[in-house]
Amino acid sequence: MAACSIEDVLAKAEQDEAEKLRSITVQKELDLEFDIGNLVAYDKNRIDIRQFREQKKDDFLRSLARDNTQLLINEIWKHPTERVEEVIVVKLPEPTTALPREKPPPKPRPPTKWEEFAKLKGIQKKKKTNLVWDDVAKNELHRLRNIARAQKIKVPGVGLTPTAQQSTTDLSRAVNVAKVSTASAGKFQDRLPKEKAPRNTGKKRKFQPVIGNFSSEKQRQLDLLKVMDSKKPRLDVNKAVNKQMREDDREESAAKFRKGGKKGRKGGNFSGKGKGGKGKGGGGKGRAGGKGQGPPGGKKGAGKR
Amino acid sequence: MKQKEGVIKPKTKRAKRFLDNRAPKLTENVKNAMIMKGGNTSMTVTQALKDIYALKKPSAVLYKNITLKYNIFIALPFPITNIFCLQEFFSKKTDSSLFLFGSHNKKRPNNLIFGRLFDFHVLDMIELGIEKYNSLSAIKNSKCPEGTKPMLVFAGEAFDHDDDHKRLKSLLTDFFRGPVVPSVRLAGLEHVLHFTALEGKIYMRSYRSLLKKSGCRTPRIELEEIGPSFDFVLRRTHLASDDLYKTAHRQPKALKPKKKKNISHDTFGTKFGRLHMQKQDLAKLQTRKMKGLRKRRGPAAAAEGETSSKTAKVEVE
Repeated sequence: MAACSIEDVLAKAEQDEAEKLRSITVQKELDLEFDIGNLVAYDKNRIDIRQFREQKKDDFLRSLARDNTQLLINEIWKHPTERVEEVIVVKLPEPTTALPREKPPPKPRPPTKWEEFAKLKGIQKKKKTNLVWDDVAKNELHRLRNIARAQKIKVPGVGLTPTAQQSTTDLSRAVNVAKVSTASAGKFQDRLPKEKAPRNTGKKRKFQPVIGNFSSEKQRQLDLLKVMDSKKPRLDVNKAVNKQMREDDREESAAKFRKGGKKGRKGGNFSGKGKGGKGKGGGGKGRAGGKGQGPPGGKKGAGKR
Repeated sequence: MKQKEGVIKPKTKRAKRFLDNRAPKLTENVKNAMIMKGGNTSMTVTQALKDIYALKKPSAVLYKNITLKYNIFIALPFPITNIFCLQEFFSKKTDSSLFLFGSHNKKRPNNLIFGRLFDFHVLDMIELGIEKYNSLSAIKNSKCPEGTKPMLVFAGEAFDHDDDHKRLKSLLTDFFRGPVVPSVRLAGLEHVLHFTALEGKIYMRSYRSLLKKSGCRTPRIELEEIGPSFDFVLRRTHLASDDLYKTAHRQPKALKPKKKKNISHDTFGTKFGRLHMQKQDLAKLQTRKMKGLRKRRGPAAAAEGETSSKTAKVEVE
């Protein structure tokens, strides 16, 4: 009993399925060929001519068309669908029927002058990254570089540690640095016949910016005024003492020279002019000598005391 | 054709784009058709041309008033005569590679010539005579919107067996198929063109398909005749030679799908891949560690020996 009922159930299920599909099934001797990419169907079945003549032509054709279209639609519906912006769309495969082209396939273009040159030289195309030079960052970069360079004073930089490609400026700078680094600070180094004098040597003057820190500028100006106003001389004691000593020494040496000079000149056949001239010359010499001997004299004097 | 590097160099970007559109390409544009009539045409022919133009819009051009000086159209193409210079000229002007020419005379009444071009030279031409014709306006039904991609059905053994019919099938597909698209809206599959080849005649019918509910996902089709209906009779043909036909079909290499190597499928559809290895020293292969099977030395071995002797004793007893 149970077995019978199971069979019945299965049979019924099959029948229901068949019912469902009945509306869309079509009986054909030969299956149709489809080219879904082009939405084309090829029906190779023989057409019954008698039937065609019996019925009204149009009706016959219409029923034939309906059957074929049904099969085509069935085939199309088998393909995957997707939803594109609230519309259900079926994805079509590539068309299979070979149809002739409109124009012949494009010929490869002859290489341009640049392409030929690049091939000749072996230049490859380099893809540039999407980086753009940032102007603000550039200043930052240079500033950091300068600081690094400044802090490395002990380490020889400036071209003495050679990098890959050295420009002429780097090399000339390196030469100048080497020159100055002798025992006498480069005073007695000869220059080559065509060598140019080093440029940009000397202390770089630093100026405050035009519109900088207002308070500091104000302070500076006020200090300057204060100095100008004050009656007290701004005296550097050390300097003043040294100067005084120099003067004293000079006077001493000058006096000595004059005495010695006068004695020597009395016994001679000198004219007044000559004396005067000599005296002047002597005086001049003495003065100069005095001046020259001043600081050493001064120093000596200081040493004695 | 004014080629880019030839007669005229484009001076604006728009002109350059225009010329590039018409230049030979890897994947080509939709084929344009030019529809024109000869010196003498009947009402039927004129109306028929208009209807086919309506089917083929927007990729068609209808020439209303060409005064063709050469009536050589009448003494048709066999052998090909100067007409084709004229047709070629027009095809270059509008960048068309399909043409439909209608004429009428006593010998060949209501004549339609379907043709296609390759590189602006004639490839195929097939002459069809209209025996019976119902125009679009005669059949009073609501029509399909312009530009819907039609479904084409070719019925009849002749389309498979006869060479002329085969070419005609290819030509009609080319003519009516519309742009090649990757996907199609399901609800928009409305237009059906049905061609039946029977007893040397070709019946063309145009229907509108209504998708009705069926029990399952796939709908049931009901057809309603809309468009023009023709009863054609196949007259003369001028088909391309085999080698010209082959040349026209040559696809550029770039379009060939690249085959992935080392992938194969078996009968059940399982995908298999092949890996190519270097030569392996099987003695030095790293296999799984089986810790329990490792040999143990020293007292452990002696203990095993004892136990075994014990067991031996038991057995004897």
